Amino acid sequence: METKRYRKIFKPLVFSGSLIPLCWLIYAVYSDTVFGTKLMTADPIQKLDRELGDWALIFIILALSVRPLAKLFKNNELIAYRRMIGLFAFFYVCLHLASYIGLNLQFAFNEFIKDILKRNFITIGIIAFILLIPLAVTSTKSMIKWIGGRRWKKLHMLIYPIALLGIFHFFMMVRADFSRPSIYLIIILVLLGYRFWVKYR
Amino acid sequence: MLIKHVKNSEVKPSEITSKSIFLNRRKFLQTAAIAGGISLLPKVITSSCASTRTKFLNVKTTSFAEVEKLTTYEGLSSYNNFYEFGTGKTDPARNAHTLKPEPWAIEISGLATKIGKFHLDDLIKPHQLEERIYRLRCVEAWSMVIPWVGIPLVDIIKRFEPNSKAKFVAFETLVDKEQMPGQKSRSLDWPYVEGLRMDEAINPLTLLAVGVYGERMPNQNGAPIRLVVPWKYGFKSIKSIVKISFVEKEPPTTWNIQAPSEYGFYSNVNPNIDHPRWSQKRERRITGEGGLSAIFMPKIETQFMNGYADEVAELYKGMDLKKFF
Repeated sequence: METKRYRKIFKPLVFSGSLIPLCWLIYAVYSDTVFGTKLMTADPIQKLDRELGDWALIFIILALSVRPLAKLFKNNELIAYRRMIGLFAFFYVCLHLASYIGLNLQFAFNEFIKDILKRNFITIGIIAFILLIPLAVTSTKSMIKWIGGRRWKKLHMLIYPIALLGIFHFFMMVRADFSRPSIYLIIILVLLGYRFWVKYR
Repeated sequence: MLIKHVKNSEVKPSEITSKSIFLNRRKFLQTAAIAGGISLLPKVITSSCASTRTKFLNVKTTSFAEVEKLTTYEGLSSYNNFYEFGTGKTDPARNAHTLKPEPWAIEISGLATKIGKFHLDDLIKPHQLEERIYRLRCVEAWSMVIPWVGIPLVDIIKRFEPNSKAKFVAFETLVDKEQMPGQKSRSLDWPYVEGLRMDEAINPLTLLAVGVYGERMPNQNGAPIRLVVPWKYGFKSIKSIVKISFVEKEPPTTWNIQAPSEYGFYSNVNPNIDHPRWSQKRERRITGEGGLSAIFMPKIETQFMNGYADEVAELYKGMDLKKFF
């Protein structure tokens, strides 16, 4: 019963911790508006797009790191938090997309459709988003039961191609400095490598 | 055959960084101001945390007056693309204090009668500084309205008498890893290089800017001297220029080298030709006010040639702008 008590404390902690990036962004916009600071730069729309996309990728990486970390620290309890982190990844992806459509394009849906068809990095981003939907939808306990554990696991392996698509989306958007997406790519490749190593050693 | 005229005013390379010139600058400028009837004499007006802001005197205002709301000084000096100081938009404002815009030497070279290396003040001194309020449209689909201070490039070009073989003008930014720490990274091919066709260079709109808002150029905006070509995307307006050459062939340009399919030599602002990765139809106007007012500011329609078609469309008559983008 110890674990249940831990979860009661840590789940709200992880939950609120995952909201810190969003709270920070809201505070930054508030401060810029009221106090005239420049936390979100003179072009806050661009900054919001980038920050939300960044956090989406970071949460995807965090969700993928849970199992290896649990193995590393021999603490299976960590797995209990993976779903929440994964859903927060989906949450930040949704905000990223919403900020792109609502703030960047200002709801010009014709432009959005054109972007999806014409611009590879948007196409890839949208594919990654669409692939994430079934993962988010099947995250409940009853869904896992309904699908069956093995099939569920197979389905959720999709997160690896999704992560790679997300990183390529980032690579293709950048004009010159590839350091950040490179770091994300290396982390994902290490996690993927670990996965294969566990499976085939 | 080219003959290099060494003028009295010419500063030898050995002198350029010499402290005595630097220390005597004020006196030199005073004399120059009296002699030329103009004044470059800077007057200290405000002190901001990192650098001293100095105001030019006797800046002529011109017909390119305020038509749209200006971007604030804080706005235009806090949000910059200047990879020499980092690739983030706020990196230049944070890092550009290492740039030493004084003393500054500019080399004029190539197919012209008068070539050589000049002290910046000698280059500017004979000319009347003007204020020019221009729209600046970045290729990334944001824009500003900036009151530049500078001299028309054509005035400088005339002075150096390029010969008839000179069809293009090439520009080069400083390379100095100490002054420009962003150059330690290979984010771009250094030095940053840009170019204009001669008729573009001598168009009356093309400006060599030495300041904004009547003050000396902030380091992060390309101090001490930069190009401003208002009908082209911002990256054509090369910053912190150390070399201007008159050349026969179209010179290489940095972003074209980086991604030839995305950035052409001409890079004229054109809402009908999209960047491969985003639309150029509309732009976000950056006023300098951040927060919600920037977030809910409606986008504006990008104008052909950034609204300067009357002045420059003639230059591209008969050219396929889709091919020569």
